[in-house]
Amino acid sequence: MFRRTFATGAASAAALAALPAAPARAQQRIDINFWYGLGGALGEVVEGQIARFNQSQSRFNVIGAFRGSYVEVMTSAIAAWRAGNPPHIAQVFEVGTATMMGAGPAIRPVHQLFADAGMPLDGSRYLAGVRGYYSDTQGRLVSMPHNSSSAVMWLNLDAFAKAGLSTTDLPKTWAQVRAAAEKLKAANATPVPMTTAWPTWVMFEQMASIHDVPFATLANGFGGLGTELQLTGDFFQKHVNFLLDLQKAGLFRYAGRDSAGDPLFPSGEAAISFNSSAGRARIVREAKFNWASVPLPYHDDVIQAPKNGVIGGASLWPLTARNRSADEYRGMAEFFAFISQAEQDKWWHQQTGYVPITQGGYQAAQAENYYQQNPGADAAIIQLSRAEPTPNSQGFRLGGFVEIRNIIQEELERAFQGQQNAAQALTNANRRGNVVLRNFERANRG
Amino acid sequence: MQRKTIFPQKGLPYLLLAPQLAITAVFFFWPAGQAVWYAFLRQDAFGIRTQFVGFENFADLFADPYYLQAIWTTVFFSVSVTVLSMSVALLLAALADREIRAAGLYRTLLIWPYAIAPAIAAVLWLFLFHPSIGLLGRGLNAMGVAWDYRLNDGQAMLVVILASAWKQVSYNFIFFLAGLQAIPRAVLEAAAIDGARPIRRFWTVVFPLLSPTAFFLLVVNIVYAFFDTFGIIDALTKGGPGKATETLIYRAYLDGRVNLDLGMSAAQSVVLMIMVIGLTIVQFRFIERRVHY
Repeated sequence: MFRRTFATGAASAAALAALPAAPARAQQRIDINFWYGLGGALGEVVEGQIARFNQSQSRFNVIGAFRGSYVEVMTSAIAAWRAGNPPHIAQVFEVGTATMMGAGPAIRPVHQLFADAGMPLDGSRYLAGVRGYYSDTQGRLVSMPHNSSSAVMWLNLDAFAKAGLSTTDLPKTWAQVRAAAEKLKAANATPVPMTTAWPTWVMFEQMASIHDVPFATLANGFGGLGTELQLTGDFFQKHVNFLLDLQKAGLFRYAGRDSAGDPLFPSGEAAISFNSSAGRARIVREAKFNWASVPLPYHDDVIQAPKNGVIGGASLWPLTARNRSADEYRGMAEFFAFISQAEQDKWWHQQTGYVPITQGGYQAAQAENYYQQNPGADAAIIQLSRAEPTPNSQGFRLGGFVEIRNIIQEELERAFQGQQNAAQALTNANRRGNVVLRNFERANRG
Repeated sequence: MQRKTIFPQKGLPYLLLAPQLAITAVFFFWPAGQAVWYAFLRQDAFGIRTQFVGFENFADLFADPYYLQAIWTTVFFSVSVTVLSMSVALLLAALADREIRAAGLYRTLLIWPYAIAPAIAAVLWLFLFHPSIGLLGRGLNAMGVAWDYRLNDGQAMLVVILASAWKQVSYNFIFFLAGLQAIPRAVLEAAAIDGARPIRRFWTVVFPLLSPTAFFLLVVNIVYAFFDTFGIIDALTKGGPGKATETLIYRAYLDGRVNLDLGMSAAQSVVLMIMVIGLTIVQFRFIERRVHY
């Protein structure tokens, strides 16, 4: 009795499941799962990008899923791979690049993905600063550039006017930034004269790059796993002391780790902030004042002609799985090719504030006078391409970089509380960061 | 005294126990066993290269001054949360136990916070204490108190203790209230006739009779502070500033999920497991003896 009802039940369930599948088979699309970590205004643009791809063809159906922060996307994608059920595409932030490159069989390098699909991939179409960060030592693309930004300085021009500062001749050096912050404080133009988001990315990584100072040996890790941090150098001592001085004078407020400093600028609380160029979408939407975005300031007693800044943001990693078909890999390559089209790239760049990833996208935006109409939208592009990259300014490839960033932030927080001075903070960060690099080297060698 | 049911054959009892045993094995012994095994391995994030390293992860762990610091942070945090939440709950329960108007309403309202998820509780406290968007945070700064828990060790600890204790007060309150209502009126009246004042009645009659409840809550609260406060710390301070609010469970999360070092994270889980086993033994063997049931 039991067996018979069970069998009938199973049969009818199978029949039910088969019913809707039959008519759909005529245009069965191949699903491509895409996990990303951009929320809010930017997340909506990612969904828009996916919708544009899905409408452009009828073979593949990309399914986007917002999986939380960058860290959460990366850890959940790795956990899913270990469990044998990863997404096809995972968006991984730039600091995870070394970990992903070391992942061998878990990833399908982009150049191989295109070769297997019989599709051409011309690396030279991508902006040099973007391409270099995501290429292997032979110059082949390993992950697909997606959202690349650079850090820029955001200025509240209404506050500048209130403090009697010029709104056209904007600060270029740190000395000028300090002078402006003093005037802003004296005029009480905003509650906080200056703050920053992403303290390590802006104040350590970008600063090392534009001042042509090594962050780590072996070309910041591009040269191999044996790389060691160089945080105790004169430049970092100088710059951390500069920030501590500003904080003591009430000119700078530490607003927290990673993106915690984001809201202070659009809310009008801080007049000067340093943040990703991709903050543009939010600032356009939320800021109720005139603002400008300009390249990051530099110490003119260290360098006269600052080098290029480095990118931040994320790239797309094709993940492998045991039962993944050639068609699915093909769909991943098609999606990558689609977002690299000049028209799509230009759209993405203008909607988000991320830099264009291709030359074509940049030229298309120039052709319609986008930068004349939106002054400052090219600050990040100028900063990324103003000099030929040196070994110190081509980017970072450090294992356990997320942990290293947290270590630097922890030691900075102790310094900002007055528990230690700049030299102690940097010595501690350097020592602890090197332990992370050695652990990564041991786990990834052989 | 003891009644034993003896089954004629062995098959049936095992069959009846099987579902429970299966659940325990799949959801407890298997993951716990895996954690123990991982604690002796070093792997890359994807688990592609795995190497047996013996006790090296444990040696690294106890050579790390920040780990020893996290132990002290956890002890301080747990004791503070337990003492604060239990004493406030006992006070509220003693007050709610009296004949007052709308006692049922107060009792119901006091239970509400328990229904709130830790992360949401943390966000509520963030809206109170955040230096630029929080009601109290802004007020404190306006009054000239340099309030910024994101950059002050003591303030950060205070905020996570308050948020964690607040959430647990409701739970303790229910148990204390039930314990108070279970105390026979006759005992209290006899003490009153003997001339004991309310405070004396509380400490000599009520408190000893509440000790089974208090003992149970002590265990539950310490376990709560050790393991269930992750959401609050993650949403409020992320272990910072520096490492001021990094407890053992938060450190295990950081190493495992953020830093992708599963070996170290597993070693920490094993240490936590041993600590909890030890704590439970101590509590039941030594403290329980002094409790009046």
